Amino acid sequence: MAAIAPVGPRARRSTPPRRAGSPRGIQRGEAAAGWLFVSPVIVILGVFMLVPVVMALWVSVSDWGGRGSPLSSDVSFIGLQNYAAVTTEGGLATRDFGIALRNNAWYVLLVVPLQTALSLFLALLVNRAILRGRGFFRTAFYFPSVTSSVAITVLWLFLFSSSGVVNEVLSWIGVTGPNWFNDPGGILHNALAAVGITQGPAALTDGGVLGVSWWDWLAGPSVAMSAFILMAVFTTSGTFMLLFLAGLQNIGAETEEAAMVDGASGWQRFWRVTLPQLKPVLFTVLTLGLIGTWQVFDQIYTGTQGGPSKTTLTPAYLSYQAAFGSQDWGQGAAIAFMLFAIIVFFTIVQRIVLRDRPVSARRARQYQVRTDRRRQP
Amino acid sequence: MTAFAASPRTRRRLSRRALTGQIALYTLLIVIALIYIFPFLVQVATSFKTEADAATDPISLIPSPVSWAAYERLFAFSDFPVWFANSAVVTVFVTLGRVFFNSLAGYALARLRFRGRGIVFAALIAVMAVPTVVLLIPKFLVINQLGIYDSYAGMILPLLVDAAGVFIMKNFFESIPVAVEEQARIDGAGTFRIFWSVVLPMARPALITIVILSFQGSWNELSHFIVSTQSPELTTLTKGVASLASGQLSQGTQYPIKLAAAAIMTIPVAVMFFIFQRRIMNASEGAVKE
Repeated sequence: MAAIAPVGPRARRSTPPRRAGSPRGIQRGEAAAGWLFVSPVIVILGVFMLVPVVMALWVSVSDWGGRGSPLSSDVSFIGLQNYAAVTTEGGLATRDFGIALRNNAWYVLLVVPLQTALSLFLALLVNRAILRGRGFFRTAFYFPSVTSSVAITVLWLFLFSSSGVVNEVLSWIGVTGPNWFNDPGGILHNALAAVGITQGPAALTDGGVLGVSWWDWLAGPSVAMSAFILMAVFTTSGTFMLLFLAGLQNIGAETEEAAMVDGASGWQRFWRVTLPQLKPVLFTVLTLGLIGTWQVFDQIYTGTQGGPSKTTLTPAYLSYQAAFGSQDWGQGAAIAFMLFAIIVFFTIVQRIVLRDRPVSARRARQYQVRTDRRRQP
Repeated sequence: MTAFAASPRTRRRLSRRALTGQIALYTLLIVIALIYIFPFLVQVATSFKTEADAATDPISLIPSPVSWAAYERLFAFSDFPVWFANSAVVTVFVTLGRVFFNSLAGYALARLRFRGRGIVFAALIAVMAVPTVVLLIPKFLVINQLGIYDSYAGMILPLLVDAAGVFIMKNFFESIPVAVEEQARIDGAGTFRIFWSVVLPMARPALITIVILSFQGSWNELSHFIVSTQSPELTTLTKGVASLASGQLSQGTQYPIKLAAAAIMTIPVAVMFFIFQRRIMNASEGAVKE
């Protein structure tokens, strides 16, 4: 086993081999410097993120009503009541949470793959050294990312208004565009309605979770939410393109050239040579994408406030609304924590899926045999 | 080169294929670029339109008549200049802090060996996953407890570092060959000196990314300012324009005013980007080769 232990670029990169002769003094100094270097980050994140998280956890299991300190003695522990109200009690709070989850799940399902693929595609296009005007193209693609979500939402409300730019363009090809931000129809339901199916089978309409029937879970994002989905892809692809570009610049042209000389096609070079080396960036992009898309807030706050018919309600906005709007601080915190759990869950799943796989046992045996044989004579 | 100088016929066929490819590539790029730029042209054009013109002809890039009413309204009848100044102050401090602290931490996590490094890194990943909305309620409480509610300190301090930035820096430092540092170490440089004078200058592309992201991040931050301030004198552009969007200044849709506000809000961050855009190009050429 020892013979194959240090294979894989990852092992080499993340833990550089310890220099054999380094004296102990340097190591101790290095440890002190290490802690010193990370301390500002630890202190600020500790005070403004960790402590608040612990406090929010307490608020989510207490009956704090927003007055005074949540740590005062007249605030009492009520267990999981706040969590139950939004998950199992079946009232309005449960249904709102279910709808918000449904809306956000569709948003994530469409935005994450689209933004990742598009940003990688754009990065590959503008990374060519011989491309004329690549500065111009990079600027063009990155420009939407520099705009604040508030500003871009204002613009989007105008572009997608019933007599706006998008509908005018659609009318050129004979399509009558919807009244985007006022249309609560789910796009899959709309597509089914176009072929005459307006009612789901009883199996789907009778059952459901969180106060939302299976049929409604499968409605797809509403037309209004679709406008937000397009906006997300439009605004994030530039940022992620930059990350991919930084990654591409780290890849030496030599490997690419070697593959070219070996006769690899463009697709093979991308799939077998470029993409594996981009894996750390890909991981960053997918992680940031997943985390970002599960917390849609600014757009909803600025634009639709959850409407029409709650089809742009997201857990993030619902949590804010419950706490600061309806003064249900406990429920707001509970929703926030469930959202937290969802994000952590998906991040972990993704980490497992995208990790560097260890060499399989069968492959390992092959290597073992070969090295043994080489040693024998 | 000699390998490619085969018969003239192959050469011509190759170049014609290459030419078709080039044309297709540029057509594709130009179409995509148009899609990305056009909304902003519409935005600027509409901000100079009258409301009636904006409603009847939304797609035209030439306002008729040209109207300054939206800008007049913004500067004469709102706190727009105050919002702008507040966003500027916060953004400058946050960006400086993040560039320094994020790269320090990123370097330590990538290169320095200390007990607990793995735990610190795992904690950072966990922190990255904390949704900002989880923090809205209690962040207000902590800021209040520290006596910095409704002050610049309350607006700036919590934003001074970000886990995602540390993550980006760490990834980048790991890609720099260790040999460079070993040379400096042999020459007797201390850890901070190696970081500051050797490794940091090599990390220019990543640093530029951090500058762009944190400038953008703090200029565009909304939810943090919602919970950390209340007084009108501390309102930032995001908070102000969001209130505009919900129609606080005016009746009707008033798209020209809203789009004018959004356009001005975009200018500083766009200028910032154009400055650094040049450096992104230069950085890739100036990188140290092995």
